Amino acid sequence: MGSSFAEKIFRLRTGRSVEPGEIVESEVDFVMANDVTGPPAFEAFEKLGAEPMRDKIVLIPDHYVPNKDIPSAIQAKSMRDFARKYELPNYFEIGEGGVCHQLMMERGFVAPGRLIVGADSHTCTYGALGAFSTGIGSTEAATVFARGKLWFKVPKSDKYLFHGKVGRHVFGKDLILRIIGDIGVDGALYKSMEVGGNAIETLPLSDRMSIANMSIEAGAKNLFIAPDKKVTDFLAGRVNGGYEPVLPDPDADYDDIKEYDASEIPPLVAEPYLPSNVKPAAEVGVTIDQAYLGSCTNGRIEDLRAAAEILRGRKVASGVRMIVVPASKQVFEQAIKENLIQIFLDANAYVSGPTCGACLGGYMGVLAPGEVAVSSTNRNFVGRMGHKDSKVYLANPAVVAASAVTGRITDPNEVMI
Amino acid sequence: MICGRGWMFGSDIDTDKIIPGRYLDNYSFEFLAFHAMEGEDHEFASKVREGDIIVAGKNFGIGSSREQAAIALKHAGIRVIIAESFARIFYRNAVNYGLLPIISPNCTTVFKNGEEICVDLDNGRIFSSDDSGREARFFEIPSIVRQIYDAGGLVGLLKLSDENE
Repeated sequence: MGSSFAEKIFRLRTGRSVEPGEIVESEVDFVMANDVTGPPAFEAFEKLGAEPMRDKIVLIPDHYVPNKDIPSAIQAKSMRDFARKYELPNYFEIGEGGVCHQLMMERGFVAPGRLIVGADSHTCTYGALGAFSTGIGSTEAATVFARGKLWFKVPKSDKYLFHGKVGRHVFGKDLILRIIGDIGVDGALYKSMEVGGNAIETLPLSDRMSIANMSIEAGAKNLFIAPDKKVTDFLAGRVNGGYEPVLPDPDADYDDIKEYDASEIPPLVAEPYLPSNVKPAAEVGVTIDQAYLGSCTNGRIEDLRAAAEILRGRKVASGVRMIVVPASKQVFEQAIKENLIQIFLDANAYVSGPTCGACLGGYMGVLAPGEVAVSSTNRNFVGRMGHKDSKVYLANPAVVAASAVTGRITDPNEVMI
Repeated sequence: MICGRGWMFGSDIDTDKIIPGRYLDNYSFEFLAFHAMEGEDHEFASKVREGDIIVAGKNFGIGSSREQAAIALKHAGIRVIIAESFARIFYRNAVNYGLLPIISPNCTTVFKNGEEICVDLDNGRIFSSDDSGREARFFEIPSIVRQIYDAGGLVGLLKLSDENE
């Protein structure tokens, strides 16, 4: 019997065969922390009294920066001070940065076959480029700063195959929502998800990143998509150092294999208060106060293009705020070059610089009691984007833009005839 | 043996309920403890006492990697969390920060809100302290988890192992 992707990663790293459920210790290639998870990690690190593994640490302030208020300014400063004190080469200040996961990929830290941990649950995003990546806590991050390695439980693996042609205005977001709606928010708990099939092969990397990003919403440890030429092209001139792709064996053992017909999946929405409350966008019909486009899930240039295509020559409905947040400086710059920002401004959308912002109810668009948002982000828990009596509907970028135009949650196929 | 008042919660208690994202801009133990579980029970922080125990359904701690969720509960006084299952990252954070997460498939049907619950790890029992004889079944606590808990958290364990080297 062959090895799944996760088993193979740990087999190669430990130099011996491993079984699911076994606990192994493994070297990691990079460890990332942000301005929310960083401060507890720095505190724990100082207690350890060790020298940091400088080249493995990546620090990216993104949650509450530019500093929202005095407490958040103190947090961000603690990250800057830590980077300075230990002369860490990979600290990204706001003017060159953005949302941590987008930066990790854009700046070439992520590559096929690498093992990366991050003190942010959406670290699982990097599986879209063929890496094994998973979210950890702050104390664990501190121990990786010091030791460059961590213990892992080798996960069991499930496989998800999408066949056929993906429909119009359907994105990676809809495919992962389809899975989460199917298996539930703990349907892949502790597991490694492998996603493939000819529908996935046709998808751009941005869609694959959305799929991997939301695997944590099903409880998964990581998600893997086999790297192809699109990944190699993306990494050319970008990747730091060498890398060796790792692929699962064709005869690997999976706990479960699920198959989907991609052509039957419409634009979907996850209703409050769990990402598993999935239904077709056309069937929701809820009036909205805010449409939010951004985040590590859907704040990439492809997402902005999809929204701009719908907003071109149209206006955000009266009574609705639309907020557009590019995921990084590079995305922002590209959107300016392609005139997308002008389209958003012409439509009366508000555009901000890169930040996690309102995705986690931080700032730059939090919701009042009773308000409803349609959002391209990843979580719709109680109070996620503001007051506990507000509501978040998760959707793809085209649904967000179409809903902004009509003022209610809308399937883009209704607007773009 | 650890005994404390049990606070009952449902399934899928997410990290935004344990410590809402809007409070993550302030890394102060007192502040975080003051807002512990606010997304689920606004009065929890004022009611909870040192040594109390949380009893919850499936998938406790779903969501974010924010260790502030474990930090808020610990500084609010919680020592033990008994749940039908845990989200992966929260489980590790809880262990690493010196909390004891225990997986018990029938904890929510055995115990009542507000009653005193005792955890006797050495004899493998979790029971109501009244005379009813009600006990919850639970999975064996992995030895690494027990070691970290006994050391007061992961930092404590690594410091101990440094001393032994």
